[in-house]
Amino acid sequence: MKKSAIPDPFEQTRLEKGVGEMNEQNDPIVMVLRHKDVRRCAHKWQTFQSGAQPGRIVIPSEVAIRDTRQIPFELDPPQHGAYRTLVEAWFKRPLQEAYQAQLSQQINAIVDEALSRDQVEVVSEFSLPLQSRALTLLLNIPYSEAATWISWGTHVFRSEDDPLDKSKANILYDYIDRQIDQAIKNPGEDLYSVLLNSEIEGHKLNREEVKGVMILTFAGGRDTVINAVTNSIAYFADHPESLELIRKQPDITGKAVEELIRYFAPLTHMGRVATQDTQVCEHAVKADSRISLCWASANRDASVFENPNEVILDRKINPHVSFGFSHHNCLGATHARQILKTLLQVLAQKVQSIDLLATEDNIEEWGNFKRKVGYHQINVHFNAK
Amino acid sequence: MAKITFITSDHETITVEGTSGSVMQLAVKNNIQGIDGDCGGVCSCATCHVHVPTEFQDKTGKASEIEKDMLEFEDNANESSRLSCQLDISEALDGIVLHIAN
Repeated sequence: MKKSAIPDPFEQTRLEKGVGEMNEQNDPIVMVLRHKDVRRCAHKWQTFQSGAQPGRIVIPSEVAIRDTRQIPFELDPPQHGAYRTLVEAWFKRPLQEAYQAQLSQQINAIVDEALSRDQVEVVSEFSLPLQSRALTLLLNIPYSEAATWISWGTHVFRSEDDPLDKSKANILYDYIDRQIDQAIKNPGEDLYSVLLNSEIEGHKLNREEVKGVMILTFAGGRDTVINAVTNSIAYFADHPESLELIRKQPDITGKAVEELIRYFAPLTHMGRVATQDTQVCEHAVKADSRISLCWASANRDASVFENPNEVILDRKINPHVSFGFSHHNCLGATHARQILKTLLQVLAQKVQSIDLLATEDNIEEWGNFKRKVGYHQINVHFNAK
Repeated sequence: MAKITFITSDHETITVEGTSGSVMQLAVKNNIQGIDGDCGGVCSCATCHVHVPTEFQDKTGKASEIEKDMLEFEDNANESSRLSCQLDISEALDGIVLHIAN
């Protein structure tokens, strides 16, 4: 197996039972594994809610470390729709030419720097700076702010081995509090200020609501983007012919982005809380217990995807669920897609090949399932075209 | 060359011409309201949902099983629903009228 491969640990259970089970902080989870069931459960918000206690639908649960409700993520319709509509246009800004030009400039600079060095540790020296700098565009704040986020390192928001470590999470929450204070004192054209000035159903967004949107924006788009970028570099290191294919057929870049995102599934799963006694795949789910929508498993469902464990860059039909499904689909998806699209374009243009020197896999454990989601470290050498 | 008419949910009528690619791509290129095409045309996002009037359904053919699955959970979906990323532009579509679902 190639080093860049991301195996599917769910296959047997998905075929035989359709659901997996795990426990976490004494709050058990039924993991929904089949594509159709994942989509159905994601759609049935009346039965499987997001608006539970803040932090509970995240896995591992954040109920012990967070009181602020993430918005619009931890709300259900119809409330969810009003907040989503409020922020939607802002999060579509990556479709604008000026935004794309700035992002391209950033990614070109990062690839140029990587090409100039003997060796690059991709997670901390490539993906983290790339993600952080791109986030300044999404928030519309000065580029220099990225240095602060880069200095936090990769595992800032959560202790690796202790989901109850509040001090880690507070680094982010305290930072956002300070930024909101500043935006109140000196309003600008950044996301904090825009939110503080927004109205919903006749009232201005309050501080806690603004904080909820900002926490979502920071936390939702950090590890996911870092994993997607890192895994892409690993993939192209193992598959120079794919870089060549994109060079020769730039038209497939959009499809390639979707396929890489399907294959990587940078977020393995997301929870919901049952509002009533119900069942999934004939498996009983009790009211007020958790399920997870396992995007990573659904993306390898052979009843939907031919050769699901292969990366087929120009896959034409690709109903993956890496960005979730239904009304809660990823708010940052436009930004994430634009990052990956630009990355592929720049790599194809400037990089001949990438040598994989050393890798240390990041393996998550969910009950009995062990899933590789990315890398703790990966050292490479970029060869210029 | 095919002339394709879009009727938006605000009842605006826009006719555009295309030669290749998908109907979704043509709509996005022409900023047709209600067609986003977030996923670029791989049947993953369902943001290019249109209704095909009965008289034009011979021209478009039927949705694949996967496309039907994607439409199953969509608001405003009915028997005339298609994802316009799955409609390839050709002479056969010339003169078609599509109602945008959202």
